Amino acid sequence: MTYLPHTQSERAEMLAFIGVDRTERLFDDVPEPVRFPKLKLPPPASEIEIEREMQALAGANFSAGAEARFLGAGVYHHYRPATVDYVLQRGELYTAYTPYQPEVSQGILQALFEYQSIICRLTAMEVSNAGHYDGATALAEAVLLAFNAADGKRNKILLSPAVHPQYRAVVKTYLRGTRAAVVTGDEDGGATLDHLTSQLDDSTAALVIQNPNFFGQFESVDGLANKVHSTGALLIVVVDPIALGLFRPPGAYGADIAVADGQCLGVAPSFGGPHLGIFATRMAHVRRLSGHIVGETVDLDGHRGYVLTLATREQHIRRAKATSNICTNSTVCALAAATYLATMGRKGLRQVAELCFRNSHYAAAKIAALKGFAVNPHAPQAPFFKELVVRSPQPVAEVNHRLREEFGIIGGYDLGRDYPHLRQHMLIAVTELNPRAAIDHLVETLEQIAK
Amino acid sequence: MKPIRTATDSVQPKAIPTLYELSVRGRCGIDLPAPDVPEAALPASELAADCDLPELSQLDVVRHYLALSQRNFGVDTGFYPLGSCTMKYNPKINEQIARLSGFAESHPLQDAESVQGNLALMFSLQEWLAEIGGFVGVALQPAAGAHGEFTGLLMMRAYHHDRGDAGRIRILIPDSAHGTNPASTTMAGFTAVELPSDTRGNIDLDAVRNACDATVAGIMMTNPNTLGLFEEHIGEVVRLVHACGGLVYGDGANMNALAGIARPGDLGFDVMHFNLHKTFATPHGGGGPGAGPVGVSARLADFLPGPVINIERGEHGLRYVPTTPKKSIGRVSPFFGNFGMFVRAYAYIRRHGADGLRANSEHAVLNANYLRVKLRDTFHVPFDRINMHEFVCQGAVQGTGIRALDVSKRLLDYGFHPPTNYFPLIVPEALMIEPTETESKQTLDTFVAAMHAIAAEAQSDPALVKGAPHNTPVRRLDEVKAARQLLLADRAEAAGG
Repeated sequence: MTYLPHTQSERAEMLAFIGVDRTERLFDDVPEPVRFPKLKLPPPASEIEIEREMQALAGANFSAGAEARFLGAGVYHHYRPATVDYVLQRGELYTAYTPYQPEVSQGILQALFEYQSIICRLTAMEVSNAGHYDGATALAEAVLLAFNAADGKRNKILLSPAVHPQYRAVVKTYLRGTRAAVVTGDEDGGATLDHLTSQLDDSTAALVIQNPNFFGQFESVDGLANKVHSTGALLIVVVDPIALGLFRPPGAYGADIAVADGQCLGVAPSFGGPHLGIFATRMAHVRRLSGHIVGETVDLDGHRGYVLTLATREQHIRRAKATSNICTNSTVCALAAATYLATMGRKGLRQVAELCFRNSHYAAAKIAALKGFAVNPHAPQAPFFKELVVRSPQPVAEVNHRLREEFGIIGGYDLGRDYPHLRQHMLIAVTELNPRAAIDHLVETLEQIAK
Repeated sequence: MKPIRTATDSVQPKAIPTLYELSVRGRCGIDLPAPDVPEAALPASELAADCDLPELSQLDVVRHYLALSQRNFGVDTGFYPLGSCTMKYNPKINEQIARLSGFAESHPLQDAESVQGNLALMFSLQEWLAEIGGFVGVALQPAAGAHGEFTGLLMMRAYHHDRGDAGRIRILIPDSAHGTNPASTTMAGFTAVELPSDTRGNIDLDAVRNACDATVAGIMMTNPNTLGLFEEHIGEVVRLVHACGGLVYGDGANMNALAGIARPGDLGFDVMHFNLHKTFATPHGGGGPGAGPVGVSARLADFLPGPVINIERGEHGLRYVPTTPKKSIGRVSPFFGNFGMFVRAYAYIRRHGADGLRANSEHAVLNANYLRVKLRDTFHVPFDRINMHEFVCQGAVQGTGIRALDVSKRLLDYGFHPPTNYFPLIVPEALMIEPTETESKQTLDTFVAAMHAIAAEAQSDPALVKGAPHNTPVRRLDEVKAARQLLLADRAEAAGG
């Protein structure tokens, strides 16, 4: 049956060796009234039948061509080089457990060490962990780190409303367990960075921004870190790793913690997960960092090797006093990100970022010229990257429905879902996978729908 | 079987250059299309000075990672009896299915109408996990087991607060529990209270009785526990905790013993996380991604994290919709959680059906008991009774100075991944062995032979065992140096091109 190897005679032999007459006797400790429930599950199916059923389910989703997807808002369609999935399919790597036995886990350990190295250079931070679940939970843990760094003496987190709405939601859930936490600043969806910094005081543990922000616009970060640090708080920045191929990294403008979702680095959108949480900070905070960290060392013969280190932060050693409960995280996705960045290299990532920048600006100019539409109406002068806010003459749900059903296009994110003042605004993402022809088609289609 | 004895027998290179050491300025592994839209002025103030990524050809990248993979051990490599981790076979068809573009390319913020396949899949998985665990509601969102624990504890907290019972601040945890239990407890704002085990390996019932009062928010139970034993007084423990107003959390890490055998909900558990990467064979990934859905009893159903997937009967028939429960604790993950893992777990449950899941648990338990009886005369089993899917023996070899760690390292030379060692903490020199159901009798017998051989070597040549491993890519590593002289990122510079 299925993946079980034993023959009937082997089973009988093993039971006899154990000294029980039948398998059921192995479960005598289970209270009789609840033992062996009749589970109501669909009957088992062969691999052929399963494949058919799963293809039908996958086929029940609407699929657009790679060029016709304009939905981003934190999850992106970027090109994934074939090298990435080649690496991810190596059974030695993806069927392994967390590398607690370093002598037979040097592959994963070195790959994670290299991942940490690349993330440090990409973000211009001093130390990176080996990955977190996703960008939102990495941000939540960064906020907890800021609380702990202030020894519980600062109880306020200033959270920009221009941070991804779902990230903010996850932060608030994580803080339910801390008595001290007050999250403030994002009540008014339109609050500016100036409004946020005016609330900095000696009870503030951290100020959190996203740059480029959720709307794709660069925040005015010059001098920001100084303002934050002068009150003793930490600056936490959520970044887009693709943007770092071209634009200045958070370490360059004084961020204390940089977090990001690494899905854009070679990981499939996969309906929102699994993705990768990138989490980097300054060495001053290394002992408060959550998650695994790989360090370089030597073996008995003096040969270079890698181990999980600073384990005294972690749950299996510190238990109730651990910096976090995290154990299983997202190693495969970290592996994907490292392979992606190694394949792209300095030149490739820069080109991807340039293409995203140019294509999104082309789309912005074309859409802005359409009657009834406006692009980035609330911040027309702010530089932007990859995402643009489009005010539409019709409700976004209606526009998206028609884009999909009549033209096979996946439209943008309905910002009215999270920002009441942005009803009839959609967030459109344009990447290197949307060439001129696809953008022209989108623009013509929008024009037609607006008529 | 003759494992290679010394390092010089191996011709493998001792160190593989890092990506940055392989890097040459100006090299690139990819080419991208030339821009076909007009140039746009870059904002000068935002530009980076440089972005220091490694620069390699594609072949360099491929060879590098192939070489790394050859220095790693997975279930696909060999027997991996790592206790409490359920290192079973990961069916290859599930990997193919998860990569179907209809799943892999779907975007979580698409309109619900355009992702009905995904939502149907998630709805079914919720229903099946509820059925397998005996729960009324399931939320798939938590990204891992520990994340599920945190989620469950936040729900317990919200439940007590909702009843105006905010004085419940203590969580009872047996001393045999996984480290994640007390760590999650702290994160959720509770105080962990450790309870001892009794002489038969159960949680000490008197200790539970004495600890139960109006400050108890609940108890976290792993059943079977980390000794691999079914808690003999589970009914009474649940009754005591409920009687004092507390809730019962189940750590589902050991569910591979119970699927189709007993439902935690029927035993009175109020909330439990499932580890899809254990019981339902989604790959461990060298440390993730996993998935840790939580199942709950009726009294916690309103507190589940949202969204969960519901079914609606509309004008065009059935429609699946994401909804957020009334008193939801909120989001614990962005979007829907680790959907790619749900696809694999769905396929796995469909492959097996009810009888297949029960057969898995039976064989997991059969294999573990077979190993216990085979090994117990050589390696002391402190709680020597019928166990579930795993058991704990002591790895020290009397009178030789050989410890559990040495036995573990020597197993590497014989081509096996070692068991979990030094856990649970209540057994000195613990080796926690979980063979899983997908291992054949021949594999188990070969493992037993290796364990016996190592015990003999401990007597005849203890230095050989102390110095193990000998034929792995590296020998024992200096963990103290790693922690004292922190080197957490590569400092190499690319060669000039």
